[in-house]
Amino acid sequence: MNGDSYVERLRREGRIVVVGASLAGLRAAETLREKGFTGSLTMVGDEPHEPYDRPPLSKQVLLGKASAEHTALPRRRDLDAEWRLGCAATGLDMAARKVMLADGDELEYDRLLIATGVRARPWFHPAEAQLDGVFVLRGRDDAARLHRRLEDGTRRVLVIGAGFTGSEIASACRERDLPVTVAERGASPLVGALGGVIGEVAAGMHLDHGVDLRCGVMVTALEGDAAGRVRAAHLSDGATVEADVVVVSLGATRNTEWLAGSGLGAGPRGIACDAGCRAFDVRGIVTDDVFVAGDVARSPHPLFGYQFLSLEHWGNAVAQAEIAAHNMISASTDRLPHLWVPAFWSSQFGVNIKSVGVPSMGEEILVTQGSLEERRFTAVYGHQGRVIGAVTFDHGRWLQFYQRQIESVAPFPPPYPTVDRRSEGRKPVPAAFPDPSVPTHGPTVSVSGYSPADQRITFTPARA
Amino acid sequence: MRLVVDLNRCQGYAQCAFLAPDVFTMHGDEALLYNPYAGPDQKEKLERAVAACPVQAILLDDRDDLPEPAPAGAAEGGAR
Repeated sequence: MNGDSYVERLRREGRIVVVGASLAGLRAAETLREKGFTGSLTMVGDEPHEPYDRPPLSKQVLLGKASAEHTALPRRRDLDAEWRLGCAATGLDMAARKVMLADGDELEYDRLLIATGVRARPWFHPAEAQLDGVFVLRGRDDAARLHRRLEDGTRRVLVIGAGFTGSEIASACRERDLPVTVAERGASPLVGALGGVIGEVAAGMHLDHGVDLRCGVMVTALEGDAAGRVRAAHLSDGATVEADVVVVSLGATRNTEWLAGSGLGAGPRGIACDAGCRAFDVRGIVTDDVFVAGDVARSPHPLFGYQFLSLEHWGNAVAQAEIAAHNMISASTDRLPHLWVPAFWSSQFGVNIKSVGVPSMGEEILVTQGSLEERRFTAVYGHQGRVIGAVTFDHGRWLQFYQRQIESVAPFPPPYPTVDRRSEGRKPVPAAFPDPSVPTHGPTVSVSGYSPADQRITFTPARA
Repeated sequence: MRLVVDLNRCQGYAQCAFLAPDVFTMHGDEALLYNPYAGPDQKEKLERAVAACPVQAILLDDRDDLPEPAPAGAAEGGAR
């Protein structure tokens, strides 16, 4: 059997299983059909809902401007798929090429795509996490529950963790005129993703909007009343915050437990794959029938020293899904690499924050346009004399230019003049990222070195 | 009708907020907020917004009934 005829048969009558029915899984399935795959397609999702969009959940939905139930993603085309929703995958047998499901069923495949994503990291104390009024925000149901509670007369909201999600939640609550306390372990909000210089700007936004922002503190315990409702939180500096709603926003953990023992290179950092989205097994050998896309994947990127990047980004889920789908039904020489430049956005406190590249790799930062003080600026991150990332606050139209700078490995500090360059933009300053061994909230990009099947986790939060 | 805006692509030109103000609103100077679900009465305005977007960031799906999956009811979740 030669390779071409196998691929032709695969495209015509192969069996493809997609585990994970969210953005990446849906866009991959659509791409498979678009590229002419006519075999059987099965979509497995642990939630009972069809694929929906998450970004509105921490913004429009909390503001009451959209309903959590009405966030289903628009389709690019008909899928003609079999849907197994509300049924989690529980295991993978790579030798027999089958996926085990929670209902006892098994699905055989010729090609498997894993897009199981991440879930919110729960509050570390299980009994406290069970208190009424303690929330996480990741899924549609989480958002619906939190929104209902906010409508229901809340005295004070405590947000634990000032990453992007935590900050967006705080922003929405303030817009609803609810009293909000934010507790952040790092020196400022967003410090893990954008560093301390930008973190200072973010802190100013919280304070100007009336957030009771507490940085450099940890929440050590949540306290409930006799009825099991949360009433207060105790902080590491000895303070107590009375709150009847607590939103735990401590980043995400990857949904890879179901792959334990499967032999796939999957662990707490995600599933290692090559630039063509093919998963590595634990021996560091690339598989040829198991592919990965979206938040759960980590793959080497040539622009960033071939280090393995995990990206919890909407745009990455789409781009990687398209590449994975193409490669799943292509002969090896026709495969494409996933070369997407990381990019994300967040809107909070009325400011549009956008970023490209990998700011957290930057040692220095330079404000190339606008001014930090006005919260309208573009800032560029430098790593070993080159531009490695950029961030804009209400300056999004300039971002494409900086993306090209990153793609072309342009020198840092930038030698060219820019429009609207102010005094603070004349000299690079340290970007002030926290020491990675001192955990803050979860970053949106994790850079995890070079070893394809690295299952280790070095992130060890100190016990409070 | 369901819609999604690729906000990486969006550059805040606000054409959509002008043409379909019940669905799209600007939040501050540059950030776009939109309702990912709109009633059929918005169809014409939405189509104009999609066409007018200078960076073509809006994906609209105006099919009322998608052939799959069946609504996520209690008995669903199995094969179609």
